[in-house]
Amino acid sequence: MHRLTLAQIARGLAAKDFSAVELTEALLTRIGALDPQLNSFITVTAEQARAQAQAADARRAAGESGALLGAPIAHKDLFCTKGVRTSCASKVLDNFISPYDATVVEKLAAAGCVSLGKLNMDEFAMGSASESSHYGPVKNPWNTECVPGGSSGGSAAAVAARLIPAATGSDTGGSIRQPAALTNLTGLKPTYGRVSRWGMIAYASSLDQGGPIARTAEDCALLLGAMAGFDPKDSTCVDQPVDDYLAALNRPLAGLRIGLPREYFGAGLDPRLSDAVMACVEELKKLGATVKEIGLPNMQHAIPAYYVIAPAEASSNLSRFDGVRFGYRCENPQNLEDLYKRSRGEGFGAEVKRRIMVGTYALSAGYYDAYYLKAQKIRRLIRSDFIGAFQEVDLILGPTTPNPAWKLGEKSSDPVAAYLEDIYTITANLAGIPGLSMPAGFVDGLPVGVQLLAPYFQEGRLLNVAHQYQQATDWHQRAPEGF
Amino acid sequence: MQWETVIGLEIHAQLATRSKIFSGSATTFGAEPNTQASLIDLGMPGTLPVLNQEAVRMAVKFGLAIDAELGRSNVFARKNYFYPDLPKGYQTSQMDKPIVGKGHLDISLEDGTVKRIGITRAHLEEDAGKSLHEDFHGMTGIDLNRAGTPLLEIVSEPDIRSAKEAVAYVKAIHALVRYLGICDGNMAEGSLRCDCNVSVRPVGQEAFGTRAEIKNVNSFRFIERAINHEVQRQIELIEDGGKVVQETRLYDPNKDETRSMRSKEEANDYRYFPCPDLLPVVIEPDFLDEVRAGLPELPGEKRARFESQFGLSAYDASVLSASRELADYFEQVQTVCGDAKLAANWVMGELSSLLNKDNLEIDRSPVSAAQLGGLILRIKDNTISGKIAKMVFEALAAGEGASADAVIEAKGLKQVTDSGAIEVMLDEVLAANAAQVEQYRASDEAKRAKMFGFFVGQAMKASKGKANPGQVNELLKKKLEG
Amino acid sequence: MALERSDVEKIAHLARLGLDDAEIPRTTQTLNDILGLIDRMQAVDTHGIEPLAHPLEATQRLRPDEVTECDHRDAYQAIAPAVENGLYLVPKVIE
Repeated sequence: MHRLTLAQIARGLAAKDFSAVELTEALLTRIGALDPQLNSFITVTAEQARAQAQAADARRAAGESGALLGAPIAHKDLFCTKGVRTSCASKVLDNFISPYDATVVEKLAAAGCVSLGKLNMDEFAMGSASESSHYGPVKNPWNTECVPGGSSGGSAAAVAARLIPAATGSDTGGSIRQPAALTNLTGLKPTYGRVSRWGMIAYASSLDQGGPIARTAEDCALLLGAMAGFDPKDSTCVDQPVDDYLAALNRPLAGLRIGLPREYFGAGLDPRLSDAVMACVEELKKLGATVKEIGLPNMQHAIPAYYVIAPAEASSNLSRFDGVRFGYRCENPQNLEDLYKRSRGEGFGAEVKRRIMVGTYALSAGYYDAYYLKAQKIRRLIRSDFIGAFQEVDLILGPTTPNPAWKLGEKSSDPVAAYLEDIYTITANLAGIPGLSMPAGFVDGLPVGVQLLAPYFQEGRLLNVAHQYQQATDWHQRAPEGF
Repeated sequence: MQWETVIGLEIHAQLATRSKIFSGSATTFGAEPNTQASLIDLGMPGTLPVLNQEAVRMAVKFGLAIDAELGRSNVFARKNYFYPDLPKGYQTSQMDKPIVGKGHLDISLEDGTVKRIGITRAHLEEDAGKSLHEDFHGMTGIDLNRAGTPLLEIVSEPDIRSAKEAVAYVKAIHALVRYLGICDGNMAEGSLRCDCNVSVRPVGQEAFGTRAEIKNVNSFRFIERAINHEVQRQIELIEDGGKVVQETRLYDPNKDETRSMRSKEEANDYRYFPCPDLLPVVIEPDFLDEVRAGLPELPGEKRARFESQFGLSAYDASVLSASRELADYFEQVQTVCGDAKLAANWVMGELSSLLNKDNLEIDRSPVSAAQLGGLILRIKDNTISGKIAKMVFEALAAGEGASADAVIEAKGLKQVTDSGAIEVMLDEVLAANAAQVEQYRASDEAKRAKMFGFFVGQAMKASKGKANPGQVNELLKKKLEG
Repeated sequence: MALERSDVEKIAHLARLGLDDAEIPRTTQTLNDILGLIDRMQAVDTHGIEPLAHPLEATQRLRPDEVTECDHRDAYQAIAPAVENGLYLVPKVIE
């Protein structure tokens, strides 16, 4: 049963091949047995899951249908879940039982999803390896000595290991797409504003976007359809109808114009990954797509700009963790300053502290123009690059990451090296456009991801292309040994 | 040396919205601690602000009323600092692009002149919570009910030259925000708070002196005293060879002095940047027109109208237009009695002293505008004398009758104008004071003039004040001469 | 412009992050590495370019002025580190 995709589960439940309760029990057992190897879950909510599964079965018995009714998922642990610890993988929130549900959590629950628990991640979503968690690193099911990517590494590891068919994630600089790539999954970062951020604990507010991680584009379409939509509680959420993503899947690709940015294939890209990406391009050509080279000249400036904007916003967003109203508070604070400094100093991990300090510095008097404002200008240049490119092509394609998954600990002591891994993904966040990563082969037994980027609100096009590719290939069907 | 005082004011006006600026919590004053603090107000992880349209409308109203530049778009920024009553670790405010740009306000000075004070800007921001320093085992208690209450911060140009002008300006702002219905102006509850930037410079010098900021001076009286004290302090300091330091000072009304707020003045670095959770607010021309059309008559306009329409003096017009409630009251009295000057005299005289005595606002006046208007009518038609009118007014204030007429009727205060009856009464008075009459008749003009008052007094006393004083005078003179 | 120990201490203070003395040299080094990466953007010509704060350049939606929240103090304070009489407690604030 654990091998089923969401779409297959929907058919199975509809055909009464099994019940939501049976499926939930099977997966809970599997999580209990296998997750110790991966550390993908921070919290397993077995009781709630059983109750939700029973409710889903009851709804179905009462005549309800719906593709996600009874579908098991789990949430990245930065989505607030009422009554359940929502930790952001940080000591600061280790004792935080959220008093409310995120909109994404609410919407998926309303659609009938059964949440099995909360998934491990980089602390406050800051990282690309899921090693900075207070609850220990997540391991990649394809090679448990390797990282699963991050920050949604728990989501990726759990889905790749078939502990759950799909999960929510969040993507600020690649945190859905990069772990999807490193674990042979399909992950989608929607257009900024497509999915409500209410209840999704903020890292960098102008970049953060929630989205699905699953094994197929079809499953991503199913989940995104339920996650997306206007939310009056999020001012940055867009009031625009949600497309029928499932209907979009089956459009033929004939005439699709794909752009290959030359900047994505330069130095720094592992040539074996380059080969896999080009093989994918060949496959898409067979499906009717045309290909041309394009330029995104400002891409090279994206990393510096991102590592100003994201930490600047984070430094402010994370000020609320002060030990006063919720979360970690140091023992016996001597005075107010001691309360702040020790609660935050002891509660945050090294990478979070680093980014808070970088952001604080970038916003401080005398440096604002040189750092923050400069980065915002570069942000416009990057966006202009995309707008220009989409005049010529319908879709941009390239590698999701420059390298396959690396060994645990390999880059944890060198933050700059880790930051450079985000090179291909962060431009989509800076520009706010949607991006998807899909499986496209293997290098040394480790998955390779191809990234597709589309104009604003063209999630349907991304899912369509990925689905058509997945109809023609079977990379996405491969499972890691032992899972 | 002759010194000139330079003052600029920052006034924080709590906007009278029902709900908070970024959340749906109530803004009611005086609720139990933290019962009006929602997830957003508490800065719970994952929560997001959504802007209250009424706060925007109120700020725009104010902008139109001070003839300000209103940009098409304005931007919220985060002001970052740590304080326990600031739940998110930043205050959502406005920096580079405030909602209200440069404008001005005319204030009336005591000598009757009008002075124009420049207003640099006014911006929207959220209020902080309150720290309660009563002892909780050596801890401070935090109440976040006030956190997120919308504020309009109104920043003046350094155009103010004395404590009196400062008070006049604050009063004018106070009146304006109340006219506009955007702030209740309750200074005791902190609805209107004032920070004063004060500096001195030698008369004739262009450059400003170093300023000190006096925080949170919360009554008109304290504003005047705090500024006067601070000016004196600065002059003495400079004349003794010292230097004014740029710092924040706190006014202590008990000691009537200002003192430095922080022993080691920490250089604040607020790291302002545009709030990524809020998008630029665009003010469409249609919206502006709609707000403009709904603006009430403003204090300055009302003052001018009172002068031209009712022929009031500049002083009377400015006193009566100082608050919307007072102006409305006056106009109602005027409508009932049809005599603006008498109405003005009564409102500014008897009514004001009554309210002052009991420390009441006009809207709590025990004598209604209809009652006062009715009273004035009876003065005008000679039913009662001015003196009796004061008795009637007091009776109305004490709730002894529903109207002037009812009081006059019940107490039998109706003026006697029947000359026959008055003559009878006068004859009795003269008979009872025969000796004085004789003395009067034997005296010269000067002495007579002095004695005449005695007879009037006796006559009025005999009539219990009801005899028409004019007739009494006339008839008495005739009888004494005769 | 490389950060010195004193700069790092100042930044940590602004951000209210307690750092161990022993951590500071390493932190200083790492921050300088990161700033080295960031400083690459100084070479970009951004003359005349407007800063972009939000990707969609949309405008703020406004909320009607309605009270939609009621009192949840007990639930919200159940997760607070220190409360008394409905107040959040912090070490004495000295003005």
